[in-house]
Amino acid sequence: MWKFFHKLASPPHFYRVAATLIPWFGIPGLILIAYGAYAGLFLVSVDYQQGDAFRIIYVHVPSAYLSMMAYMMMAVSGGIGLIWRLKLAHAVGAAAAPLGAAFTFLALVTGSLWGRPMWGTWWEWGDPRLTSELILLFLYFGYMALRSSIDDTAKADKASAVLALVGVVNVVIVHFSVEWWSSLHQGQTVFKKGTMDADMRIPLFAMLIGFTFIFGAMVLRRLRTEVLFRERRTRWVRELVLSPEGGK
Amino acid sequence: MDALAMGNYGAYVWSCFGLALIVIVFSDWRARARHNEIYRDIEVRIKALEERQ
Repeated sequence: MWKFFHKLASPPHFYRVAATLIPWFGIPGLILIAYGAYAGLFLVSVDYQQGDAFRIIYVHVPSAYLSMMAYMMMAVSGGIGLIWRLKLAHAVGAAAAPLGAAFTFLALVTGSLWGRPMWGTWWEWGDPRLTSELILLFLYFGYMALRSSIDDTAKADKASAVLALVGVVNVVIVHFSVEWWSSLHQGQTVFKKGTMDADMRIPLFAMLIGFTFIFGAMVLRRLRTEVLFRERRTRWVRELVLSPEGGK
Repeated sequence: MDALAMGNYGAYVWSCFGLALIVIVFSDWRARARHNEIYRDIEVRIKALEERQ
């Protein structure tokens, strides 16, 4: 098991394996999203309280879930990078951050577009879920700004890993905010029994898994770029570029 | 037309799905473009070094 992880952590090996894995994540992800979006938009019956506006759940929930998952990925990989000094672990954080920021932005905008017809407001500053999710977006921006402001990659890795670990507190707040404080935002719905009809739940799970697969494919693609950049002066990259078949 | 109107919530619902599509397509395009850019830079640098030797 450890041997497998050690081999995978080797940059040239990872670079090749990731290229093979991308379509295995990307294609099922696209199929699941296509099904989930179609079923969510056209097949699922109208919600008795929210009408057709509830269909926003099919993009809002997966993007909100990814906004937190990407941050946890950054924090865990940052921790691994700090403890075991694996260069690849730090690269994972660097690759996941822009995607996490994109999905956090999507969660905020779709939430606002859902809030307007349901709550009568685009934004509520006093709401803990909304505000903590906005802080999450700023944490992503801070993480990326910190990385790009330090020229030395090793120092940038360490500083950004510490920031990622500290920011986990906010992810916990985002997740539990609807239980700890009174909020305009509805409570836990997806994994709670009796809160959603099975007809509504199945396309939502398809979207959740589809978004996760697409996210996986995009992280792998960004990670390959990050590995290539970090290893640009090594022998294996020289051999890869000079090989007749190339190594894109 | 009913599907477009979404019970008068069409503007909200379609904006969300449209934005999700844009975010996913843009993120993937940006990742590909950045990879090609980095690969090309490395290729140019290594080939220039090879020619000099």
